[in-house]
Amino acid sequence: MAFTLYSLIQAAILCVNAVAVLHEERFLSKIGWGVDQSVGGFGDEPGVKVQLMNLVRSVRTVMRVPLIAVNAVCIVLLLLFG
Amino acid sequence: MDLPHQGYRASAKPRGRAAPSTSDSILFDDTSSAAPAMNNPVYYTPGYNMAGLSNDVQGGAVPNNMFTDPMANAALMYGSSLANQGKDIVNKEISRYMSVNKLKYFFAVDTRYVLKKLMILMFPYTHQDWEVRYHRDAPLTPRQDVNAPDLYIPTMAFITYILLAGMALGIQKRFSPEVLGLCASTALGWVIIEVLVMLLSLYLLTVHSDLSTFDLIAYSGYKYVGMIFTVLCGLLFGSDGYYVALAWSSCALMFFIVRSLKMKILPSLSSDSIGTGPSSKPQFRLYITVAIAVFQPIVIYWLTSHLVR
Repeated sequence: MAFTLYSLIQAAILCVNAVAVLHEERFLSKIGWGVDQSVGGFGDEPGVKVQLMNLVRSVRTVMRVPLIAVNAVCIVLLLLFG
Repeated sequence: MDLPHQGYRASAKPRGRAAPSTSDSILFDDTSSAAPAMNNPVYYTPGYNMAGLSNDVQGGAVPNNMFTDPMANAALMYGSSLANQGKDIVNKEISRYMSVNKLKYFFAVDTRYVLKKLMILMFPYTHQDWEVRYHRDAPLTPRQDVNAPDLYIPTMAFITYILLAGMALGIQKRFSPEVLGLCASTALGWVIIEVLVMLLSLYLLTVHSDLSTFDLIAYSGYKYVGMIFTVLCGLLFGSDGYYVALAWSSCALMFFIVRSLKMKILPSLSSDSIGTGPSSKPQFRLYITVAIAVFQPIVIYWLTSHLVR
C-alpha cells in the first residue's frame, strides 16, 4: 500500500467532504445525531456519541468555506491535468 | 557527563544578555548561546570592525579593498539587515502554527540519553522507573530524564530507515530513485495516519492526558528503531533472522509503549491519583493503550516485509 503525498491529500479532501455533506436537519436529526440532542450531562463525561456529534458539527462549521476553495481548485486541476 | 553541567553554567551567564522569552533556562540551555554572543558583533558589523582592524594593524600598507570601499560596506550592511528581516518574518510565521519552544524541548538530547534510550527500546524489560520527572511543573528535558520522549531519535531513525530500504532494494536489484521517494512518503503517511487516529481516539473518549501532538509523533516514531533492527537482521540472516528479529522488536516495542503510555494515559494506575476531573471509564484508556501497542508490530511488518523477500 504505497501512498504518495498526493494520494494522502486526496484521501483527506474526500474524507472532509464526506463529513461536510451531512446535513443537519435533513439527516442528522432523523438518526438522532442532531445538535439539539447533545445538550445535557454538564458534570459528567460527555460520552463517545456526544463527542462525535460535536466533532462533526465543528468540522462542518470550520471547513465549509475553505472546502469550497479547495474543491474548486481540485476540480480545475483534474480537468486540466487528468 | 561533563556536557550537561557545562550547559548549566554556561547558560547562567548569558542569560542576562540572551533573555530567553518564556520559561526556565533549563529548556534553553543550548551551549551554543555562549558562542553567538561573541560572534554577534563580528557578524553584524563586519565592515566597521575589519576596516578599523586593517587600518590599525597594517597602517595603510595593503588595505583590504572590499572593506574600505564604502559602497561595498553599505551593500553588506543592507544585505545583512535584509537577511535579518527575512529571518524574523519566517520565525513569526512558523510560531503562529507551532510553538518552536516546544519543539526545541524535544531536540535537547545528548549522547548518553540517546544510547540509554536505544538500549531501553531494544530491551525494556530491566528498566525500573518509567515516570517522567517534572521540574516546577515543566517536564524535564530529555537530557536530564531518560523517560522523556524526544524527536531526535525518531527523526534519525526515519531517515536511516529510508536509506536502509534503498539499500535493501538495491541488493535485490529492484532499486530506482523513485522508489526511495515512494518509500519515504509511505512511511510518513503511516505516521500521520497513526498520529491522527491516536488524537481522534483520545479526543473522542475524553481521555484527559497531557500528551501533546509532538509526544504522539515521538512515541509513534520509536517504532522505526525496531524496523531498522528487523531489516538489518533480515538482510544479514535471511528470512529466519527477519522473523526472529520481528518478534523480538515487536515484543520489546509493545512493552515499551504500554509502560510509557500507562504513566500518561492511565492516571489511576500511577502513584498520583488526584482527581483529574470528569474522565472516561478506565477500561477505555486501557483499550487505547493496548490498541496502540498492538498496532506497532502490524505497521513494522507491513513496512518491512517487502524489503526482505
